[in-house]
Amino acid sequence: MSLFTISVNNEKYQVDVDADTPVLWVLRDHLKLLGTKYGCGIAQCGACTIHADGNAIRSCSFPISSVGEMKLTTIEGLSEAGDHPVQKAWIKFDVSQCGYCQAGQIMNAAALLQRNPSPSEREISQAMNGNICRCGTYTRINKAVMEASKTL
Amino acid sequence: MTIVKTAINRRSFLKVSAAGGTGLLIGFNWLASCSTKPQQSIPKEWFDINAYIKIADNGLVTIYSPNPEIGQNVKTAMPLIIAEELDVDWTNVMVEQADLNTVKYSRQLAGGSQSIRHGWPSLRRAGATARRLLLEVAAKRWQTDINQLSVSNGVIKHSETGKELHYGELVVEAAAIPVPEDVELKSPEKFELIGKGIKNVDGQKIVTGNPLFGLDYNEEGQVIAMIIHPPSFGMTLKSFDASEAEKLPGIHKVFTIDTSLEESDWSATNAFNKLIAVTGSSTWQVMKAKKAVIAEWESTELENDQDHQQLLLEAIEKKEGHVQRQDGNPEDIIKRGDRVIERTYTAPFIAHNPMEPMNFFANVTTEKADLIGPIQTPENLRKLASRFLNLPEEKVNVQMTRMGGGFGRRLYGHFGLEAALISQQLQAPVKLIYSREDDMTQGTYRPAYRVKYTATLDQDNNLSSLQCKAAGIPGSPLFANRFPAGTIDHYKAESLNLGTNISTGAWRAPRSNFMAGAEQSFLDEVAELAGKDPIDFRLNLFDRAINNPVGERNDYDPERYAGVIKLVREKSNWDTPIDGVYRGASAYYCHNSYVAQVVDLVMENDKPVIQKVWCAVDCGIVINNEGAVNQVEGAIIDGIGHAMYAQMNFDNGAPQQNNFHQYRLIRNMEAPREIEVFFVESEIDPTGLGEPGLPPIIGALASALYKATGQRFYDQPFGPKI
Repeated sequence: MSLFTISVNNEKYQVDVDADTPVLWVLRDHLKLLGTKYGCGIAQCGACTIHADGNAIRSCSFPISSVGEMKLTTIEGLSEAGDHPVQKAWIKFDVSQCGYCQAGQIMNAAALLQRNPSPSEREISQAMNGNICRCGTYTRINKAVMEASKTL
Repeated sequence: MTIVKTAINRRSFLKVSAAGGTGLLIGFNWLASCSTKPQQSIPKEWFDINAYIKIADNGLVTIYSPNPEIGQNVKTAMPLIIAEELDVDWTNVMVEQADLNTVKYSRQLAGGSQSIRHGWPSLRRAGATARRLLLEVAAKRWQTDINQLSVSNGVIKHSETGKELHYGELVVEAAAIPVPEDVELKSPEKFELIGKGIKNVDGQKIVTGNPLFGLDYNEEGQVIAMIIHPPSFGMTLKSFDASEAEKLPGIHKVFTIDTSLEESDWSATNAFNKLIAVTGSSTWQVMKAKKAVIAEWESTELENDQDHQQLLLEAIEKKEGHVQRQDGNPEDIIKRGDRVIERTYTAPFIAHNPMEPMNFFANVTTEKADLIGPIQTPENLRKLASRFLNLPEEKVNVQMTRMGGGFGRRLYGHFGLEAALISQQLQAPVKLIYSREDDMTQGTYRPAYRVKYTATLDQDNNLSSLQCKAAGIPGSPLFANRFPAGTIDHYKAESLNLGTNISTGAWRAPRSNFMAGAEQSFLDEVAELAGKDPIDFRLNLFDRAINNPVGERNDYDPERYAGVIKLVREKSNWDTPIDGVYRGASAYYCHNSYVAQVVDLVMENDKPVIQKVWCAVDCGIVINNEGAVNQVEGAIIDGIGHAMYAQMNFDNGAPQQNNFHQYRLIRNMEAPREIEVFFVESEIDPTGLGEPGLPPIIGALASALYKATGQRFYDQPFGPKI
């Protein structure tokens, strides 16, 4: 067990955990930030996607010891009032079915639009390809990302 | 106008403190919106009108959604039905998930696409009865007749004087007067909420990461638990050594639990009853400790893919099955010399893989048990837990969280029972979590299937006989009285059931998820050999079933069936082919609903790409269009994904896929670029929608792939063969 100080959603947290603990479980078990989801634990499904310095990462496969000075953002910190353009577009297109994967989808989409504010349909689909939605909301996800890109 | 007897006579008067009331309000947007209406104040008291409806003194309404929410959006649709009959402003409605309560509600179950169909009459009555009570109070107060009153958005108006009262001003008395015996229900043309698009009531909470799901439910002082199950079906635990694991930081105890039942119970289906439980203070520590446990297993019979395929082949080719239906004699037609077409279709075991792995919270004491988590069958879990814990059922409290998918997996609540047994042994609140690997390799898989169709075409290329022989490991997938039964004079349907020690169960649209693809692919091929358009070919069969059906037990309405086929034909411009677009058509009836689909494929870089899926649905009255379209789109993508990529293989009983690097689910780029869904306008009572969109797409996909590649696809998954 070691002490780590990490920045999540612009707040500093100190946690005493094993150095190999994935950020996902630090968020969920220790910080009680439960919006970030466990799906596979091996960076295959994208349910655990968060931002590290604005880039989308898979928190299930990212050990706490690698965080260092990086600023982490989770779904809870994406916007103060839940009104990030991607979140608003998700509501507009009523994307969610079960909703479990959607935090990861939204975080991935927000990171995409950060680096490419006007993606084509194909670029959206390519960028979102790593996030599994078992309910099959992909066509709505793509429409919502396109909509968000227009309202950024 | 429909008049029905009210069934709701149970009614209680309940005061909820202002603090309790405000606690419920967080996150609802009415507080943040304009505050001119009387409803916008903080409610001081809530009054139970009936099991589903609670109205506050300020006019706010809480509607309890009785059934488990699994992503099928009943948490929006069921309250919507109540709100329609209650005549309230939807923006003043708050929805809460009801706990399991068999006294107040019936059929609190997510399965078989039946929530709306079964809930329809009682939900309507609940809303209409409450509305009637409020009207009676208003009429009494103004000393007038109810006929003089009108209701809109929770405000009752006296037409003569123009006086108005909102529900909150009437609710105290309404909660105390006798429930009327008869109540009027709206006629469908008066619906204001039903048939519109209402957004998911949890939508904002989902996109902001609120802790809604089972895995998100935590209590202070809980212990994290995970299980270790045998690596192969056919194995049981012999012994284990946890001495190293228990030395690891954060690890509490490692012990066994046993969920074996003397009498089998389908809701406890699970191949592995004796499990090792590893408990500790954090998930990651427990995950690591699991790897340090050394277990010894005993083997009985270990099954392989080859065995399964051989069993199915022998059953179909060499064994006599159970004849479930026979009309005429197809063998006579074959002997007569009609042209014979015989094709065989197969599908492998597949896993459910909901994105949220199995998990449950349990706090079991000698007095009672609290079981909280994602479960499609809460009532069955209560019964099971009651038996195992030696507690009366009323001491087992089951609460349903939102579920991160289920697709049938969460019908089998052994994980809830496991959590309860672990909690009982530890005498502590326990959060049981399955890893993805645990979830995928301890499944209740869709059975493996094989079906052989034998058809004959007469001299005029009409379908003169059809035989269907189907086998499953375990359970036959056959529905003997569904189409094409009833459309052919000579018809035979035969079933075989094979055993296995692999645990299997209902997977979204059970049996239909295989039969539709096989049957519809076969008809496409028969139509082609008959030189007929595949849609014309099907419609001819339905004409027979409409005008002169064969037999009396046909389990479908041929006019509604033909109706969706005609609708998708029109909408997709089926009769106007486009160069470079390869099309397949399909239709199927299950869960009381009719669905027809057309798949448009294009070739890009020599690979087939699904450009568009057209879909026509007849599910009676559509409750919530937005959610309904979403369900059908999802079912289409789900069906394509599993037909293309999914399989669970077994080697000496061991599942060969344990996570998403090996088990391929459909991803964004493989989904259709566009899906368009059309509903038949109807005033028929609503039927299922969570499942019926899935089965036919497999047939339409296979037929479109044939057009694009020249190759017929008989064996799922298709993807590796392209």
